[in-house]
Amino acid sequence: MAVSELAQILNDDRSASAIKLVLCVIAAVSASAFPIVAHAMDASYYVVFVTRILIYALAAVSLNLVLGFGGLASFGHAMFLSLGAYCAAVPTVYGVNGAWLHVLLALTLGCSLALLTGLVVLRTRETAFIMTTLAFAQMLYFLLVSLKQFGGDEGLNMQSGSEIAGVQLSDNNVLYFVSLAVLAAVVLFQRRLLHSPFGTIFRGVAANEQRMKALGYPTLLYRLTAYVISGGLCTVCGVLLANLTLFASPSYGSWKASGELMLMVVLGGAGTIGGPIVGAAAFLMIEEVTKGVSPHWPAYLGILIIAISVFSRNGIWTFVRRNRS
Amino acid sequence: MAPSFIAFQLLNGIQYGVMLSLLAAGLTLIFGIMNFMNLSHGAYYMLGAFVGATVYNKTGVFLLAIVGAVLATMIVGAVAERLVLRRLYRSDHLHQVLATFGFILVFDELAKTVWGPAPYYMSVPPMLSGSFDLAGVPFPTYRLMIVAVGISFAACLYVVIHRSRLGMLIRASSHDPEIVAAMGVNVKVLNALVFTIGCGLAGLAGILAAPIVSIEPGMGSGVLILTLVVIVVGGVGSIKGAFLGAILIGCIDTCGRVFIGPSLANVATKQISGAAGPALASIIVYVVMAVVLAWRPQGLFSVR
Repeated sequence: MAVSELAQILNDDRSASAIKLVLCVIAAVSASAFPIVAHAMDASYYVVFVTRILIYALAAVSLNLVLGFGGLASFGHAMFLSLGAYCAAVPTVYGVNGAWLHVLLALTLGCSLALLTGLVVLRTRETAFIMTTLAFAQMLYFLLVSLKQFGGDEGLNMQSGSEIAGVQLSDNNVLYFVSLAVLAAVVLFQRRLLHSPFGTIFRGVAANEQRMKALGYPTLLYRLTAYVISGGLCTVCGVLLANLTLFASPSYGSWKASGELMLMVVLGGAGTIGGPIVGAAAFLMIEEVTKGVSPHWPAYLGILIIAISVFSRNGIWTFVRRNRS
Repeated sequence: MAPSFIAFQLLNGIQYGVMLSLLAAGLTLIFGIMNFMNLSHGAYYMLGAFVGATVYNKTGVFLLAIVGAVLATMIVGAVAERLVLRRLYRSDHLHQVLATFGFILVFDELAKTVWGPAPYYMSVPPMLSGSFDLAGVPFPTYRLMIVAVGISFAACLYVVIHRSRLGMLIRASSHDPEIVAAMGVNVKVLNALVFTIGCGLAGLAGILAAPIVSIEPGMGSGVLILTLVVIVVGGVGSIKGAFLGAILIGCIDTCGRVFIGPSLANVATKQISGAAGPALASIIVYVVMAVVLAWRPQGLFSVR
């Protein structure tokens, strides 16, 4: 059931052929077998690296919900990431290690923050929207920097990871499978959401807000709901990120981090379901490779980003799919 | 608090604001007139500071440093516009954000490679190093010079944009580039000119700020974000808005940093004020921006 649905997602059309189904099964099996193979080959580092990709893919998928499908270019989405990281790190300081509690806290605070900021930012359009989301992200950034009792700008080291069913979420293999499962669940959820009446109206609002208003839909409410869902998911992603690094830092929410999230979405293909995942993987791999090649890697990364934004308008995912059909 | 201290801080705020207005004026033209989302504007400020400081440290002539900084940033800006950014004018803001984000990475790394990661310093020119008595408030001459230069440039820009033929064309092309092109004006050249002037202004702000800040790779980022706040508060595309918005934001930011902590200490415990003071001081300009946008989404001094 889940696999056939995954196949449909990867196509995004209703006629999932057998070949694509097989491809999806192969992908699912290889994703599950990956840590075992990696450990066998004594390359545990890559488990951590792929987990990082999975976590950032999740953040990019949640940003894509508003950016790709809703046309809302949020330049402050990393703020939810840093909030989530602190939702995991701060309770552990007081010895509260339950993973579900961290996630619940992240969801509550993340959705509240998205609701409050959304009420302001969604009143603005285009450039002003980009700027206001950035402004709120900066506010949270400076707020976290000023929390001296939780490390200030040096960040907060976690003594232990979140605990789930007696195991540490920060364990490499546990975190890998949890991230994989959460990513798969969110992708399925997003597909269902976009094809639901809510999702159809939401995409309609992005395409032509005036018309949807004229049809009598409260457009702000639809955009706000999507913004809250996206923010909440991204905050949960922050909990996973904190467990990956055992560290929470305001820099997770810096404006450069927000820019990188946007980049992942656009690189893979905004407004497609598989795009952000491909984009996150491509971005982190490019970063990893250029880091290994030269100490001046940011410059090469920058040149690559410029080239991508000039030459590839629709992202890797769209490019691959168009050339195949 | 002594009135002279308050006056001194206000002057500091105005000086900071005037410097921001040089950046904001260039960016608001690029933003409002070319409808181009340029995040790399802060990088030109950094480049101006580095190049200018190097010229000054080598030659000792401040005027030469200013000319060098402005020329260098204009050339780099013109080349970037010609080779890359020109292709992006018609694509959506998202791609513009990404491309200019890439430029920030390149320029920051370039500065790090050429000048090293440690801060680079430039001393205040001896001719301007004294202080000037302003109705009983002694104020550094150099900062006063920044105010004078900034105000005269803002005035020049205002006259050019609102009173000259070139300014008329620029305003017209912000309104409807197709019609302006149809009238036989080369809009491509016009855009390149606006972008290059904007970069030159950012470079000027960079060299003016160089003696009073630490010059380091990445110094453009913080300034860029504050400049964006200025533009949004002032109203995108308005020179007047950029200038008045910059003074407003400069004063609020400077005074916030100086006065919020001590005032909180009067009403709250030391622990609370020690933590909340710096936080409030850092976020107050963003609060102002959010309030302005919620109240007047087009900005305080919008042209439209």
